[in-house]
Amino acid sequence: MPMGMPYVSPEQLMKDKADYARKGISRGRPVIAITYEGGILFVAENPSSTLNKISEIYDRIAFAATGRYNEYENLRRFGIYQADIRGYQYSRQDVTGRSIATAYANMLGGVFAGEGKPYEVELLVAEMTASAVEIYHILYDGSINDEKGFVAIGGGAEAVNERLTKDFSEGMSRDEVLQIARQALGGAESSTIEPERLEVAGLDRGRGRRKFFRLDTAAITAALQSS
Amino acid sequence: MRIDRSDYAYPQPFDIAVPSFTAALRRIAPDAPMVPSPGGSWPPHLEHVDGTTVVALTYETGVVLAGDRRATSGNVIAKRDMRKVFEADAWSAVGISGAAGPGMELAKIFAVQLEHYEKLEGGPLSLDGKANQLAQMVRGNLPMAMQGMVVVPLFAGYDPREKVARIYEFDALGGCYEERRFATTGSGGRDARGSLKARYREGLEQEPAVDMVIESLWDAADEDSATGGPDLVRDIYPLVVVIDAGGYRELDDEVVAARVETVIAARRQS
Repeated sequence: MPMGMPYVSPEQLMKDKADYARKGISRGRPVIAITYEGGILFVAENPSSTLNKISEIYDRIAFAATGRYNEYENLRRFGIYQADIRGYQYSRQDVTGRSIATAYANMLGGVFAGEGKPYEVELLVAEMTASAVEIYHILYDGSINDEKGFVAIGGGAEAVNERLTKDFSEGMSRDEVLQIARQALGGAESSTIEPERLEVAGLDRGRGRRKFFRLDTAAITAALQSS
Repeated sequence: MRIDRSDYAYPQPFDIAVPSFTAALRRIAPDAPMVPSPGGSWPPHLEHVDGTTVVALTYETGVVLAGDRRATSGNVIAKRDMRKVFEADAWSAVGISGAAGPGMELAKIFAVQLEHYEKLEGGPLSLDGKANQLAQMVRGNLPMAMQGMVVVPLFAGYDPREKVARIYEFDALGGCYEERRFATTGSGGRDARGSLKARYREGLEQEPAVDMVIESLWDAADEDSATGGPDLVRDIYPLVVVIDAGGYRELDDEVVAARVETVIAARRQS
């Protein structure tokens, strides 16, 4: 005799999906976004030099993610596509971090509510305007917050955020924030992450049209030695 | 607007068109120019802005690309300070000849396409790849070209890995041809080419190469009414771009003006 699906309340369904997504995300390493006097820096422990967690989206917009790589890689490409289309159809100045972030929130919300498994990802979108840095934090279920100053996402983010709250202050230099980010990522044991295992990128006001920059291992080593 | 996985328009993995901004644009805006699409019918003899000379010349350590500033519509001068040379990316530039509106559109989409690829793939296309992309865009313009609104670009770039500068010229059908020493396009192209043929020699340094290019534009403007010479009254000079190991760089108006003065002085004496 064929059996139907047992009834599951919508609340239970959502809770199960949320638990599933959170579990997947907590397995990933944390990523930090932290502002400095010239812009914003993203720091993550990433042993790979090619499978990046941090990426350029547009002239003043950067993206960072944690969780399942193929899922956030898809989202990264989607964001670049959105930005380039919008910038072409209107103008380059008309592409905002907010529009990209809300597109992500829409997409993740749709995926979470739909059939199939939720995305196990947590995203950050940052836009550097003339005077400030806007940081958008998008969760697996499409909820979106804006953050000020700094934020850590991914596995163990709470502890990292606590550490950053103690060490962060406004107007630090890029090398100073790199140092405190690396320490915060080092975790409770305060282990020192090697420069080769760090992925460091960001947006700097001093650059030309495209504000995004990425530091290679040599540059990371130099920055850490100077502070 | 709710977007779910099934309907966001981005090409899926292993889509042979990926990563292509022009393919994405075709989905969003099928009437956009420069994307291969069927049909496209325009009334014949539509007035449009046209004419040009654009010149590219390789020298020992790089390439110069320059264009005049005049845009004409029939016998009327439509614009005196038209930009015909555009930065494609940090290592390359494209000059346009033919219909002005579609030409500028081509340059704009091309630049976005190069940046789009670079952001998606984490590194730029090879110089051959960029030329190939441009050729496909020219091919996509064929329906309009057949109605008389042809766009023929000239592409110049420096390859930082091979440490060599290259020029690519195109025909209206999207054929792409690498040229070794110099190339020109536009209604004054043949006159400019004649000038360069007489003056060119191997192993040029950057300064004499720039001078040679400015001279060739002068010679073209002398023969072709659709090509503008330097406008000393309004201080409008050819747009000259240099691409070498340091990347793309536009020469300041003052620098070009000074070189133009030298050319004029020499012509006056001869």
